[in-house]
Amino acid sequence: MRKIRTAAMGAATLSLALAATACGGGSATGGGSNDSPRTLTYWASNQGASISVDQKVLKPELDKFEQRTGIKVKLEVVPWSDLLNRILTATTSGQGPDVLNIGNTWSASLQATGALLPWDAANFAKIGGKERFVDSALGSTGAQGKDPAAVPLYSMSYALYYNKQLFAEAGMAKPPVTWDELVADGKKIEAKGKNGLGAEGANLSNNIHQVFVLAQQHGADFFTPDGRPDFTSDGVVAAVKQYVDLMAKDKVVGQSNAEYAQNQSLSDFAKGKTAMVLWQTASATFKSLGMKDSEWGVAPAPVQSGTPGAGAQVNSMVAGINMAVFKNTHNLDGAAGFVKFMTSDEEQKILNTAYGSIPSVKAAQADPAFNSPGTAVLRQTLATSARALPQVPDESQFETAVGTAVKELFADAAAGRAVTTESVKARLRKAEQQMPAA
Amino acid sequence: MTATTRRAGPQALPERSPGPARPRRTGRIRRIGLPYLLLLPALLLELLVHLVPMVIGIAMSFKELTQFSIRDWGSAPWSGTDNYRLSVDFHGAVGEALLHSFLVTVVFTVLSVGLCWLIGTSAALYMQDTFRGRGLLRAVFLVPYALPVYAAVITWAFMFQHDNGLVNHVLHDQLHLTGKPSFWLIGDNSFYALLTVSVWKGWPFAFLVVVAGLQNIPTELYEAAALDGAGRWQQIRRITLPSLRPVNQVLVLVLFLWTFNDFNTPYVLFGKSAPEAADLISLHIYQSSFVTWNFGTGSAMSVLLLLFLLVVTGCYLLLTSRGRRTTDV
Repeated sequence: MRKIRTAAMGAATLSLALAATACGGGSATGGGSNDSPRTLTYWASNQGASISVDQKVLKPELDKFEQRTGIKVKLEVVPWSDLLNRILTATTSGQGPDVLNIGNTWSASLQATGALLPWDAANFAKIGGKERFVDSALGSTGAQGKDPAAVPLYSMSYALYYNKQLFAEAGMAKPPVTWDELVADGKKIEAKGKNGLGAEGANLSNNIHQVFVLAQQHGADFFTPDGRPDFTSDGVVAAVKQYVDLMAKDKVVGQSNAEYAQNQSLSDFAKGKTAMVLWQTASATFKSLGMKDSEWGVAPAPVQSGTPGAGAQVNSMVAGINMAVFKNTHNLDGAAGFVKFMTSDEEQKILNTAYGSIPSVKAAQADPAFNSPGTAVLRQTLATSARALPQVPDESQFETAVGTAVKELFADAAAGRAVTTESVKARLRKAEQQMPAA
Repeated sequence: MTATTRRAGPQALPERSPGPARPRRTGRIRRIGLPYLLLLPALLLELLVHLVPMVIGIAMSFKELTQFSIRDWGSAPWSGTDNYRLSVDFHGAVGEALLHSFLVTVVFTVLSVGLCWLIGTSAALYMQDTFRGRGLLRAVFLVPYALPVYAAVITWAFMFQHDNGLVNHVLHDQLHLTGKPSFWLIGDNSFYALLTVSVWKGWPFAFLVVVAGLQNIPTELYEAAALDGAGRWQQIRRITLPSLRPVNQVLVLVLFLWTFNDFNTPYVLFGKSAPEAADLISLHIYQSSFVTWNFGTGSAMSVLLLLFLLVVTGCYLLLTSRGRRTTDV
């Protein structure tokens, strides 16, 4: 009898516990608090060659922060393939990190969810003021006219990396400045049995970065000024066609690049199979792939004609990582303190040196460490000829839809199918129709 | 069990009658209630794990759930049947893509289930006779089924690579079957790549089930048939296959549901955006939810998928069980 009673009690308790947990999840209300002032959870993006590289870079800095403030930072480096999904899940459940890194192009999309702490003047004052940050980096922190959803942490820009030896063998003394020169140089290299230019045809984000810049050069935008998608204008179609034609018509991009999505183009480059890549801050990756700094050169990414600058002379997106505070944080002051620490001049120098990126605060950027031949080009590009991706709530959707369209066009080119203005337009129209109705 | 307690109850009670009526009734309630109380945790877990998410998913399909409302999804605006209308409007881009994906999935499932069954059954039949090394071969056959999906499929993804993949190395470099190396992970060939992996992964299960089913066929039947002069093929057609009927009925249904719903294989093979030729419906729903960040539409598509599978399963069970009843009679 007693056994039965114990079992019955156990069953009743278990049921109650289950019912209680079932009710517990899902409520995502309320702002931040300072309930747990001694700890912080930090989701870092994968900036180094691997997750463990990031852990090695960040660990000593987090220890330093703990020594100074007594706040323990629990670090998790989240791979890029998971980061956006993880943030969305955290947004839905309200159970997220206190501080997190986001790709700066997602700023407006995530801003629209309302999950991130807005950086108004008062919050900026806590980390030393908005003026400390570089303008171009601030341009990619959220929709215009709203308080930024995040603060810039690392800045990056695209540049043309080239293999010095392969260029010398093909009899070329300097890297190309315009797209025509790039195609001509690429053909000379192809004649030597190597690939001209590398591309990541199945990497949606990379496709977007490339065609965005080309659209700028064709005087076109992917969104109308009031934020509606406009993917089928002549300029956009010409830009996408020009990018895919590097494989389809000019044949300076190898066909196998159509299925690349895991940075295979970089390992091809490091192995000397490809002579050029258009990439953002690739120096650290090349080193980890076993290529010496002296073996590659870097030059501004190409333009249609003339020299890089504003408007149609843009030759890079404003790439970079922003740091955001989750609104539901239980350590609001600690989170602000951690952002202040990570964006301090001292940490900006340490971290950006480790990652080969450019500091997003002015004082640190002026440091001579970022004036080496490898980084000077990136810094110059960011300052004069980089433009932020559209800061609209639909940005993430745009990356998936148009990125996939470009991927499919590369697949067509690789299969030997013709890539025409009509086929490009048809793909882009399909992408546009997939976008949410305004 | 209920029958025995009911019978025991009335008999037992009058014998020890002299107690007051009240405790007797609570005693009965206690006796009747105990099994239900013990079932309660399992029931609640079932609710929590299966039914609650399903109901929430169905509720979501009637909402306009976008990035603007995802943070507090309870208060997202109701949108009536808009999500469903968008999904089945086959003249619009969303509906057309869904229909295309649905048709691809149907063709893929029919081929994959058919091949899995054919290979699994053939292998099981060959393994029926005892010979040296049979145990080892059986174990080897089950390896694809035992491997974790991710590890197995990522290996296939490497093998299907254009430049360095094993498949192109064998087909092109060694056998010279193709004029130039083919792309398997993008473009039209991706369908065959996906089918290959799916069959490779699925047939050991068919093999396992059919092997188990074969154990139940009495050897006397074969002996009698052999005496009557039936050949191997006739034995298979007249004895083995009819005897396997109930097993096959369940096997085909399970394979169908697994294959139609498969998300892991295309996701690991192709990543977030599958090529059009291999755009299976699970991955398609996932991608369209995240392309538009409109999780309401994604839920509506999932509900439609659920309904379709329910209808197919229902019809299948109705047809096959009716057929069996008539043969039994």
